[in-house]
Amino acid sequence: MRSSIIKLDKINVSFDNELILNNLSLDIKEGEFVTLLGPSGCGKTTTLRIIAGFLAPDSGNVFFRGKRINNVPAHKREVNTIFQKYALFPHLNVYENVAFGLRIQKKSEDEIRKKVTEMLKMVNLSGYIDRGIESLSGGQQQRVAIARALANNPKVLLLDEPLGALDLKLRKDMQTELKNIHQRTGITFILVTHDQEEALSMSDTVVVMDKGRIQQIGTPTDIYNEPKNAFVADFIGESNIIEGTMIEDYRVKFAGKEFQCIDSGFGSMKPVDVVIRPEDVRVTTPENGYISGTVTSVTFKGVHNEIIVDVDGFKWMIQTTAGQEEGDKIGLIINPDDIHIMKKSVYSSEVGDYSAFSDEFYEEQHPHK
Amino acid sequence: MKILNKIYMALIFIFLYAPIFVLIAFSFNDSKSRVVWSGFTLKWYFKLFENQEILSAFYNTMIIAIISALIATVLGTAAAVGISKSKKWQKKLIMNVTNLPMINPEIVTGVSLMLLFVFIYNTFGFFKPGLVTLICAHTTFCLPYVILSVMPKLRQMDPHIYEAARDLGCSPLKAFIKVVMPSILPGIITGMIMSFTMSIDDFVISYFAGGMVQTLPIAVYSMTRKIVSPEINALSSVMFIVVFMLLIVINFRQEKDKVRGAKK
Amino acid sequence: MSFFVTVPLILVIIFAFTTPDGGFTFDNIIYATKYSAVFWRSIVLGAVSTLMCLIIGYPMAYFIAKIKANFQSVFIMLLMIPMWTSFLLRTYAWMTILEYNGLLNKLISFLGFEKINMINTPGAVVLGMVYNFLPYMILPIYTVLSKIDTKVIEAAQDLGANKFTVFKKVIFPLSLAGVVSGITMVFVPSVSTFVVSKMLGGGAILMIGDLIEMQFLGNAYNPYLGSAVSLVLMVIIMIGMGITNKLDDDPNERNMIV
Repeated sequence: MRSSIIKLDKINVSFDNELILNNLSLDIKEGEFVTLLGPSGCGKTTTLRIIAGFLAPDSGNVFFRGKRINNVPAHKREVNTIFQKYALFPHLNVYENVAFGLRIQKKSEDEIRKKVTEMLKMVNLSGYIDRGIESLSGGQQQRVAIARALANNPKVLLLDEPLGALDLKLRKDMQTELKNIHQRTGITFILVTHDQEEALSMSDTVVVMDKGRIQQIGTPTDIYNEPKNAFVADFIGESNIIEGTMIEDYRVKFAGKEFQCIDSGFGSMKPVDVVIRPEDVRVTTPENGYISGTVTSVTFKGVHNEIIVDVDGFKWMIQTTAGQEEGDKIGLIINPDDIHIMKKSVYSSEVGDYSAFSDEFYEEQHPHK
Repeated sequence: MKILNKIYMALIFIFLYAPIFVLIAFSFNDSKSRVVWSGFTLKWYFKLFENQEILSAFYNTMIIAIISALIATVLGTAAAVGISKSKKWQKKLIMNVTNLPMINPEIVTGVSLMLLFVFIYNTFGFFKPGLVTLICAHTTFCLPYVILSVMPKLRQMDPHIYEAARDLGCSPLKAFIKVVMPSILPGIITGMIMSFTMSIDDFVISYFAGGMVQTLPIAVYSMTRKIVSPEINALSSVMFIVVFMLLIVINFRQEKDKVRGAKK
Repeated sequence: MSFFVTVPLILVIIFAFTTPDGGFTFDNIIYATKYSAVFWRSIVLGAVSTLMCLIIGYPMAYFIAKIKANFQSVFIMLLMIPMWTSFLLRTYAWMTILEYNGLLNKLISFLGFEKINMINTPGAVVLGMVYNFLPYMILPIYTVLSKIDTKVIEAAQDLGANKFTVFKKVIFPLSLAGVVSGITMVFVPSVSTFVVSKMLGGGAILMIGDLIEMQFLGNAYNPYLGSAVSLVLMVIIMIGMGITNKLDDDPNERNMIV
C-alpha cells in the first residue's frame, strides 16, 4: 500500500457567493497518475490551484505527506505545474526557461547545465537550446514546459489541461510521452482534463467531478463499467440511460420488459437508472429480439455504424456493424452482464435519451473527438 | 483617385511642417527680422549657448522632466499592476479618477493645482510654488499616460507566467522582477518617454502651478509676448532635430524587432 | 496620487462659491455669466475648429489606414513629429507667416494682390487651433480604421454593397468611436486655449482661457471669479462631451482608445 502524498480534507471554495468546491476530500498516493475529469466549471482547475498554492481554500486542509501546507506559499511547495497555455517566459530562450527554477535555487552553473541538458534530452529538444520561445511550435512549447517543471525535481507534477491546445495527432503522441515520463520518473502526476478519452487512457485513477463535488473515484475500467450515477455514465463514453425499476435482486424492469441482471442490493420495487452501453446491444430480427424498435437514423463512423433506434418512444443509441437502414424494424438483445444498475440521483432527470441527437450536437458536447 | 489621395496627404503634411521649416530657416537668418532674409549665419546657435536665461530654463525643464517622468513611471507602473488586480468597479473608479487630468482642460488642471499649492502654502507654510510643486504637478498629469501604456501590456501578458515563476520557486517580488517586468517593459519605457516629452512640452500647467520658476516653454512664451530673439529659433531647430533623430531611432528599432519576429 | 487629482478640483468648486472673506456666495457665478459673449465666442470658435479638424482629418486618417501596413507607421510618425516640437514655437511661427508684413502677405503682394489682414482675426485663431490639434483628430480615427477587419469589408462587398455603401454602412459606423474621441481631444483644448488666442488673436479675441488666466495671473487677480469661470468651462465641456457621446453608444470601446 503506497502512502499518501497529497490529501485534501473537506475543502470549500467560493467566488462571489458561488460555491466552486463543495466539501471536497481527496487522497492521492505517492507515484500515482491521477486525473481530475469533468466539464468546465466543475472545479477541477480550482482543485489543482489549491494544491499548487495559488489559491487558499475558504475552509478545509491541504496535506503534503501528512504535513498541513495551507500556509506554505506556492514558491515553497515541492509541487510544479504545467500550465494550460504553457506560460513559458517569452523573454527567455529555451535553455533559460528550463534553467529558471534552478537559478532561483542558486544552483551552480555546472549543475544547471547538466540538469537542463538532461531535461531537454528527455523531451527530445536537445537541438533547441538557443531557440526563442515564440519560434517553437505548440508541441515543442509543451515539451519545454514539461522540462521546465521537471527540472525542479518536483514531488508532484500538476498538469492543467496540458494537451488542450494541441491538434489530435500531436495530442495522442504527447499522451504516450507523458505516460512514459511518468513511468520513468515515478513522480506523482495530477492531470486536469475535460477529455474523457485522455483520462481513461492515461491515468491510474480517475476522479470525475461536477458542480464542485467528486462524483466518482476509481480506475478507468471501474469508471467506465460501473458508473455510480447518471452523470458519470453520461459523461464517460456513450450510454443509454433508461429509467427502470429494480423488482428484486438480479431482476430489473425497463423498456416494458423484465431483464435478468447481475446487480443486487437496491431493494425491491425501487426506481433505478439503467445504463446500457451502445456497443453492448446486439441487433437481430424483430422476432428474435427481446425488445424491438425502428431505426430512425444511421451514421457511418468508420469501424461501425451508429444507429438511433426508437423503442416505444425512447431513443437508443446502438453501435452495429450490420447494414441497417432508416425505417428498418429490428430486434435488440442485451446480456445480463451488460446491464448496469445505478441508484437514482439528482442527475437522473437531466440526462435524457438520444432524441435530440445529431452529429452537430455531438460535436458540441464532445469537441475533442 | 489614387493621385488625388497622395496630393491631399502631401498638402496636409505641408500644412503641418511649413511653420517648422520657417522656424528652422530663420534660425540661420543674419538679421533679427522674422520675415526678411538677409544672409546665412550660425551666430544664433552660438549665442544660444551663452544665453544664461535660456540655459537655466533648459536646466529647470530637464530636471523637472527627468524627476517627474521617473516618479510617474514608478507610481504609474505600480498603479497599473494594482488596478489590473482589483475588482471591476474599483478598476473603473480608479481609471476615471486618473483619467481626469487627460480629459480636463489643461488650464483647469493648472489653476486647480495652483489653488492647491497656494492654499497649502498659506495654511501650512510649505509647498511654496516652485520646483517641487512643478514636479508634483507634472507627475500628476504624466501618471495617466504611464498607466495607459502599461495596462495594455499587462492585459496582453499571460497571467499564468507570474504563477509559473511562483511555482518554480520565486517569491512574489522576485516573480514580479524576473518575469512580469520584462514582459511589460516596453509599456513602461513608452510611458516614461511619453511622460518625459509631455513634461518638457508642458506650458499651460507649469505656467499656473510653477510660481516664478522658468521652464523652457515659459521662457519662450514670455519672449513671444515681447520681441522674439532668433536664439529661440535656433533652440527650436536643435530640439526639432533631436526629437526627429530620436523618433527615427525608436522607429528603426521597432522595425528591426518586427523583422526579427517575422523571421522566426 | 489621486490626491493631486481630486483635491484641486474640489478646491476650484469651493472657490467658485466663496467670497474673499470666506462666505458662501453665488456672486462669482453670476458675475461670470456677464462674460457670456466670451463663452459664446469660445464655444463657436472651438466648435468650428473641431468641425474643420474632422473634415480635414477624417480623409487623412482614412488614406493613411489604406496604405501598405509597413508604411503606415512612417506616416503616423510624420504626423507625430510636429506634436513633439513646442506648440508655442509652432504657433509663433504662424505669427511670422500671418503677420501683415509676414511671409504669406509677402507672397500675396509678390503675386500682385492686395495684402490681406490675417493676424488678429477669428480666422487666424481657428487656423492656429486646427493646426495645433489636427493630429489629435487624425490619430484616434486612424487607430480605429486600421483595426477594422478587412474581412468585414469583404463580407459587405460579398453581400452586394458598392464602395460608397461599404463606407456608409460599414466603415463609418465602425469608426465612430475614433471620431468621438477625436472630437473630444480637439474640442477640449480648443475651447479652453489661451495661448493660441493670445498669439494669433492678439488679445482682441478674448476666450475663456484668457479670462481665466487674467483672474489668476493677470492684473485682475481674482481667483474666486477665475474658479467660477473654470467651473463654467468644465460644465460646457461636459455638455459638449455628453452630446458627442450620443454619436456612439458603446462607451467601452471609446475608453480603450482615449
